Amino acid sequence: MKVSYYPGCSLDGSAREYGESIKTVTGVLGIELEELPDWTCCGASSAHVTNDGLASALAVRNLVIANKIGRDVLVPCAACYLRLKSAEKELKSGKQIEENPGKYSSNIHIKHSADFIWEVCGEKAIREKVQKPLEKLNPVCYYGCLTTRPPQITDAKDPEDPKAMDNILKSLEANVKSWSYKTDCCGGSLMLTHPELAKKLVGHLFDMALEAGANCIVVGCPMCQSNLDTRQKEIMQANGNRYNVPIYYFTELMGLAFGSMSVDKWLKKHLTDAKTLLKQQGLL
Amino acid sequence: MTSTTPAIAHEPVSREKIIALSGEILSTCFQCQKCSNGCPLVFAMDIAPHRLIHSIQLGRTEEVLNSDTIWVCASCEICTTRCPNNIDIAHLMDTLRQISMKRGVKESQKRVPVFHAAFLSSVKRFGRMHEASMALTYAYRSGGIKGVREQFSLGLEMLRKGKIRPLPDRLMAGKQVNDIFHKIENGEQS
Repeated sequence: MKVSYYPGCSLDGSAREYGESIKTVTGVLGIELEELPDWTCCGASSAHVTNDGLASALAVRNLVIANKIGRDVLVPCAACYLRLKSAEKELKSGKQIEENPGKYSSNIHIKHSADFIWEVCGEKAIREKVQKPLEKLNPVCYYGCLTTRPPQITDAKDPEDPKAMDNILKSLEANVKSWSYKTDCCGGSLMLTHPELAKKLVGHLFDMALEAGANCIVVGCPMCQSNLDTRQKEIMQANGNRYNVPIYYFTELMGLAFGSMSVDKWLKKHLTDAKTLLKQQGLL
Repeated sequence: MTSTTPAIAHEPVSREKIIALSGEILSTCFQCQKCSNGCPLVFAMDIAPHRLIHSIQLGRTEEVLNSDTIWVCASCEICTTRCPNNIDIAHLMDTLRQISMKRGVKESQKRVPVFHAAFLSSVKRFGRMHEASMALTYAYRSGGIKGVREQFSLGLEMLRKGKIRPLPDRLMAGKQVNDIFHKIENGEQS
């Protein structure tokens, strides 16, 4: 099965391990990703803050390419996902946007990577590929904001309690912990401009994850990952707590459970030690 | 967060203009406060989201446009999701930021528009956002050499871990993205 793939700007840089692990695990599940030719930035959070027309145009340009190809689009980043869905809703409501001349008609679906893997591949296909069950791993799944909100745009069925990553991790036999902070904001968009506020939000997530009995946090968004992983040491110093909470992309753990040889290469890129925990459990 | 910077004197912006630009029907707000109760950053705001809507209704637009609230909002979309009257509050925040940016933003919050400008200039130039040069541009424009120095050790560690792509891609589509920017910029001037 072939699917269009819109990686977004982070997946070639700060989130390279997410991009590589997505390609690996979708390959194992029989999905062939075809990168959208000539894709460009969706505008992320800066365009909609600056100019509504710019936000629409930047996202629509990519939708038009995807529609020509006519396959569903897999989107790994929460911000890209919301921008593309938002542009889709605008076009479907009949709004005229220059980058899409004529009437908009489309049958393609835009899907976040976790939803795609859970809904399209499904539990049975995932379980069949598991070579190393992650029984001793106690993750909480952290979805962040923009894969689910606002639901009138994202079409999320349960925006306050999404389950795709929980279901995937359970299929890998992980001992997934429940917690109430799945969709609380990590302040990703404020990390450079108001770091003191973002660090406060992230610190709270760490405290709550540990209280829930988790030994790691699983994410499906390059900004959430970067916010929780890259700044963990600074946050620890700032509020005096000792954390060493590995922040895994759900696809890295799928790769681990599927027996991929590349896991070590992905985890080496994390700034917060992501390997010791897995070594202690004999998984790496 | 209280601001010590005095508000800048501006041409007044009417309540009607804000409502028209946002496209939101603010008169449906019955002050249930679900937006403010769900907001993760309300602790850092000088005007809570439900009060911000009330202030606009009362025509106190200067207070709103000079607030810290619109710059500490993280666009997490909780307010929009939970509003029982379907007011897209996150989009209202965008509208207020857009108006404020055109008029000039107070000094204490200037780093937010500086960040967005650095982000968008990277997209305009390369077609995709190039993280390393964007972060460097932001650090320099918001904090000068000191700003760059503050980010240096983290940047170095990310480089060592292979999380930084040193050079941007040169895209065939870069020109098309550049054209989109020019069209929007020209439209704003006319």
